[in-house]
Parts: sequence; C-alpha cells; structure tokens
Amino acid sequence: MSDAGAAVRPADIPRPPIWELGVAALVLVVVSVVYLASYIPGKPNTIPAYVLLAAASALVVAQLVLIGGLEHFSRRSFHQVGGWALVAYVVIGGMIEYVFLRNDTRGEELALLTWGLALFVVDVPLILGFSVARFQAADG
Amino acid sequence: MATAAHDAPAPPAEAERRGLQIVPRAGIPFAAAAIVGVIVAVALDSHWALNFFHVAGGGAWTTLDLFLGFVLGPIMGRLSLPARIELSMRLMPKLVLLIPTLVTLTLASGFQLAHDFGFLDSSYPRHGYIVASFVVVAIMAVIAIGYLEPANLAVLFELRKPQPDGEVIQKLMRRFLYTAGVTGALQVATLVIMTRLPT
Repeated sequence: MSDAGAAVRPADIPRPPIWELGVAALVLVVVSVVYLASYIPGKPNTIPAYVLLAAASALVVAQLVLIGGLEHFSRRSFHQVGGWALVAYVVIGGMIEYVFLRNDTRGEELALLTWGLALFVVDVPLILGFSVARFQAADG
Repeated sequence: MATAAHDAPAPPAEAERRGLQIVPRAGIPFAAAAIVGVIVAVALDSHWALNFFHVAGGGAWTTLDLFLGFVLGPIMGRLSLPARIELSMRLMPKLVLLIPTLVTLTLASGFQLAHDFGFLDSSYPRHGYIVASFVVVAIMAVIAIGYLEPANLAVLFELRKPQPDGEVIQKLMRRFLYTAGVTGALQVATLVIMTRLPT
C-alpha cells in the first residue's frame, strides 16, 4: 500500500460505481422476474427477459472486474461479508427455486427464472461485501 | 458538576462495541427452524401451515416496517449521535436476522398459496392486483437489499472499529432512516392490495 492510500480515510477514497452497478443489476433481475411471473401460466414473449438478464449479467461481470482492480481496498472484509452473504443467499435462492419447481414451472421459463435467481444470489453478496469493505482500512 | 457529568450521554464502551455480533448467533436456530417449517409447509402443500407463515410472517414484516419507518425512524433521527449508536448496536443486529427471515417466509408461502388458489393465473379477475403486489414487493426488495441492508451492515462494522468514523455512521444511518420510511409507505400499499384480493 502506498503512503497516499494509507493516509486517506477509507470513506474518502474515490471508488468506481460498483454499488450503483450492483443495484442496477438487481433492478434488471427483479423486473425480469416480475415480467415472467405476471404471465404465469401463459407463455410470455421471452425476448425482453433475455435482454434484461443479459444486461444484468454484464453488470455483474463489470462489478467483478472493477472489484478485482481496486486498490487500497479491504479484500479480507469483502470476502468475509460477501462469503457469508453468499451462504445466506444460496439458501434463500434455493428456497425460491424449490417453490418454482414445486409449482411445475418448466422449460424456458424455468431456465430464465433460474438465470435471474443465480444473478440475484451472486449480485447481493457483491453489493453487501463492497458496501462494508469500502469503509474498512485496506489490508496491511 | 457531578450532575453535568451524570447527564452527559456516555458513548457505548469500546469493549462492548468491539464484541458486537453482526448476526446474533442465539437467533440463528429460530430463523433456521422457521425456514425449515416453511419448506415443510410447501412440500406438504398444507394450506393451514402456508396461511400461518404468510399471515404471521407478512403481519410481522409489515408491522416492523411501519414501526421502523413511521415511529422509530423519526425518533432516531432526533437522537444525539451517541444515543443513535447505542440504539443501533442493539437494534440492527436483530434486524439483520429478522427481516430476511420474515421476507423469505412471507414470499415463499404467499407464492405457493397464490398458485394453489389460482391467483397467479392471468385469467384470475383480480390478476392486476397480483401483478401490483409483485411490483410493490420488487421495489421493497430493491430498497431493502440495495440500500437498507448494506447501510445496516456497514454501520455495524464501523461500530466495531476501535475508533468509529462518526461521519460515516451518520451518513449511513440517514440512508437507513429514509429508506425505512419509504418501505413503510410501500407496506401501506401492500395492505391495500392484500385486503382487495379476497373481497
């Protein structure tokens, strides 16, 4: 770590818009799920869902890339919070998937809902991990 | 002199702050039992059990959001920083466990009930209300997961530091208070939608 990084309060270090990307991805996933669920049991036009989920996937990948490139960042805190949040959201996501399967959701709709759910399960721990780690002192 | 010292708000002791549990371990078995309970209810398709989880979970979630948004939120906004910190130290860890558990119970059981009663079917006469409930829940989920929960966790981690940054805590708690008010207002919309469904 450079002296400049050590002297600045963690909260004052300018960061790329990682949190904003995470919330944007979350909004896209939620909109896609609401869109698909509002047509049950009919078959909606799935193109909007593909577009929304592809955009959300791109935003999640962008978050990962940006987090990977951060300097003066507490990766230990990020992994601690993100890791436990991932465990919690795998349980929550698993329950939601179970309800979908239990209710005979099948085929393309199930694939799209599962894709959205997987993004949700990855995105939320990134948001939580980054939101905590950005205020922590960088690993020494 | 003695009175002034007695009246001054004492910040929470450092040892107490540093020993703060982000997620209260004692509550985990209860949360796990509730989650297992709703899984069993879905697996057995027991309407009584599903109704129980939906009504109890939804009632508690709605009440909690309304209380935080319209009662405790404004009170916290007027407290001194040390008092806010003290209250947050005791309140926020409980919310970290309680709110996601209540949300999961309510949504999982509600989705199953809506499926069983045919409410999800787009031919259901009040399907518009169901879609409206999806939208309201979606907005609440984004606010809770994108704003409230990160602020809550960041405040708790800040409090555990040897020297917490008061500016960071105030900024994050302001976010917490505003979003609690918004989710409280959205819960009123949920109540309107839910009471329209069976009538």
